[in-house]
Amino acid sequence: MNRWKIIEEWFFKIISFIAAYSVVLILLYLLIVVFNKGIGALSWEIVFSMPKGGYYFGGGGGILNAIVGSFYLSLGATVLAVIIGLPAALFINVQLIRLKRTQNTIRFFLDALWGIPSIVYGAFGFAVMLFLGLNASLLAGIITVALLITPILVRAFDEVLKTIPVELQEASYSLGSTRTETALKVLFKQGFAGFITALLLAFGRGIGDAASVLFTAGFTDNIPVTLDEPVATLPLSIFFQLSSPIEEVRQRAYAAAVILTVIILIISVSARLLSKRYSKNIIK
Amino acid sequence: MNRKRRLTDSLVNIWMRGGLYIILAIPVFIGIGLYWKAAPLLNEHSLTDLIFSSKWFPMKGEFGFLPFIFSSVYVTLLAFILSAPLCLFAAIYLTQFSKRRLLNFMLPVIDILAGIPSVVYGVWGILVIVPLVSGSIAPFFGATSSGYSLLAGGIVLAVMCIPYMLNMLIEVFHTIPVGMKEASLSLGATHWEMVKHVIIRKGFPGIISAFGLGIAKAFGETIAVLMVVGNTLNITLSPFKAGYPLPALIANNYGEMMSIPDYDSALMFAALLLFVVILIINLFFRYFIHKTEKI
Amino acid sequence: MKQMAFTYQSGLSSESVTLQNKIEMAEEIKDTSVISIKNLNVKTKDGDILKNINLQIPKNKIIVLLGPSGCGKTTLLKSLNRLTDLHKELKVSGQIIIDGQDIMKAGQNLSAMRQRMGLLSQRPFPLPASIYKNVAYGLKLKGIRSKKLIAHSVETNLKRVGLWNEVKDRLKSPATSLSIGQQQRLCLARGLAVKPTIILADEPTSALDPISTKIIENLFKDLKQHYTIILVTHVLRQALRLADHVVFMYYGEIIEQGHPDDILKNPKTAILKKYLVDGN
Repeated sequence: MNRWKIIEEWFFKIISFIAAYSVVLILLYLLIVVFNKGIGALSWEIVFSMPKGGYYFGGGGGILNAIVGSFYLSLGATVLAVIIGLPAALFINVQLIRLKRTQNTIRFFLDALWGIPSIVYGAFGFAVMLFLGLNASLLAGIITVALLITPILVRAFDEVLKTIPVELQEASYSLGSTRTETALKVLFKQGFAGFITALLLAFGRGIGDAASVLFTAGFTDNIPVTLDEPVATLPLSIFFQLSSPIEEVRQRAYAAAVILTVIILIISVSARLLSKRYSKNIIK
Repeated sequence: MNRKRRLTDSLVNIWMRGGLYIILAIPVFIGIGLYWKAAPLLNEHSLTDLIFSSKWFPMKGEFGFLPFIFSSVYVTLLAFILSAPLCLFAAIYLTQFSKRRLLNFMLPVIDILAGIPSVVYGVWGILVIVPLVSGSIAPFFGATSSGYSLLAGGIVLAVMCIPYMLNMLIEVFHTIPVGMKEASLSLGATHWEMVKHVIIRKGFPGIISAFGLGIAKAFGETIAVLMVVGNTLNITLSPFKAGYPLPALIANNYGEMMSIPDYDSALMFAALLLFVVILIINLFFRYFIHKTEKI
Repeated sequence: MKQMAFTYQSGLSSESVTLQNKIEMAEEIKDTSVISIKNLNVKTKDGDILKNINLQIPKNKIIVLLGPSGCGKTTLLKSLNRLTDLHKELKVSGQIIIDGQDIMKAGQNLSAMRQRMGLLSQRPFPLPASIYKNVAYGLKLKGIRSKKLIAHSVETNLKRVGLWNEVKDRLKSPATSLSIGQQQRLCLARGLAVKPTIILADEPTSALDPISTKIIENLFKDLKQHYTIILVTHVLRQALRLADHVVFMYYGEIIEQGHPDDILKNPKTAILKKYLVDGN
């Protein structure tokens, strides 16, 4: 082996090593900074009380409205996404099981939809809102976020469904089941772990997204009681508090960022654990 | 009983079919909806005027999107230059050089980080990157900067793209059969030569697609960039100056868009522009992947 | 799986097996052996893949490694040119001496060592390049720059595997455009081009049709005049057709070895008898 080869070998090995570990360090550093800055400002008051008068000018209170609002919004959107997305994912894997080309084309479009930025969904949601004569409200926010997370839910669920062997479906038909029964009793049951993962993934995306609800959900200091009231969300609350010139308000934004990150971490970790647990009962 | 079963069957069938059709119709409706709202602007100005003019005076009815498009392209390219090589080499290290254990640890970590909301990345940008640009990087190059700059936007975007691109690249490298690696090694290639001749060459379409999809993601990212980029109209090559990307324009002005004539149309046009560009990039690279997966 | 391994151990004293091996090996050791494996162990976290392998491989013969799938034949084969390095979770220990050098020692020139052995895998893996470049690849890695020399070698080696007439007009087209049988012959030509002395073949015909299989088998018969061929297979008839020496493996151990006519027709151990009857 000549010297140049050895130098090249080591050079690229070291470069790759540095790249891999700097990625790890950057991402670790990000979490450390966000937690470090936010935990100091975190208090029970911020998590469990509503904003009081003059909150955005340093008044007392907390961001319970935004935390609850985000859950309402994302929960509603996830329900809507399941109503549309669950049957769609089953349809792709039951009715279209023999049409590989159609399946692939649909997957291809869904993947492309996944990449559409949330601000576009937000602007579109706004147009829909005007068209339907709605105000910025929980309902408008739910519709917009549902549009955003449905393709995610479908594709994530579909990824699991497509690994289920065709023979299992054939067995179900040979026992006299209808397509519906096959879809719900065989495929849905087999893919349940994937369904839970997809659900949590979509829910997490719904909670964390800011750009899509900027136009559509409005913002309020209250927790909405009906669907046509505006709703506060956690990401937007962070965003608004950060734009305040008052240091104390900005401190609370950092605390809110910690809350949001923890919620997202809990969701993604439990999605992993649940999918591991449920996949034990699956016939491979 | 039999009739009831058949009825449920056909009802559920309709529901399933309906769900799928609704989803597939979403992009069509987005296109139509945005176009419908952007139409007033498009009727008054030609497309080339809108895209290539840099005169932005909404009060006077002048809408030139060039500064916004320029800023968007600038931060996206910056993010790409910063993150793409890093991701490529990191993916190579994780899949080819390191122990399996590191990869098994990294995969869920990457997944979880990809799910962290962009507003959190924005907070980090304000806390770390903005002071870094104003305090260290800009002075080092003899420039002054408030920190809220194209560079800060580019760096934050780059970090956001890392989990996304890295994930795709690892998947690409995993599809390359071990036998091909063995063939190269058994013919006398060193480990790096094998990576160069087999992993990179065989994975090339996948690498390009991962990069392309990363670019599309960066181009449409809103909140995190908005928080650190400064939001000032500028066409400048200096990365230390502030910029104003398209998504930031939309997000920042939704409050006043109803008070100025045609302003809402202009914002919807910006959204339409983002939608069309990103959809095309996505369709192109996804097609590329679908094509190469079959071979 | 575990249970089967257990029954085997209880049904047969493992001491007698190793004793048997030792006697046979003593007969087998000749000056002509090119590879000698001593106390080779390959372990993973979950268990042993190869347990204390001792084997002498004679020169210019076809040695067949026979056994049910999962018995460690492929791992043994890949240990010989240290492709086991690719799997970081494997712990390899012991000695493999090839031409007087222990290849397990650190600081080996792996490239040169691997170029002494050509590899044929279960299915052909042409490199992502043209037919010509596939054959030229190893030569370029060796540092050969002369275009004339390379072109000559490409032609000679493609002729040796009987592929030249089929591909001479489309050397520039991608290797994947060939049929599977042609691809496997291309992989052989590519391996021969770097002038190895040993050929490692891991069930090279398992993905091929009968005609291509026949071509490869005939090639092996010719090649053994100049090369030592180590062939992994689970096809008994192939072993009978080709082997000069058969090594029967079961769960990471060598159970029996010897001339095919001896051990395949008169197996001494119960396991081999059972394998010959059941196939697996």
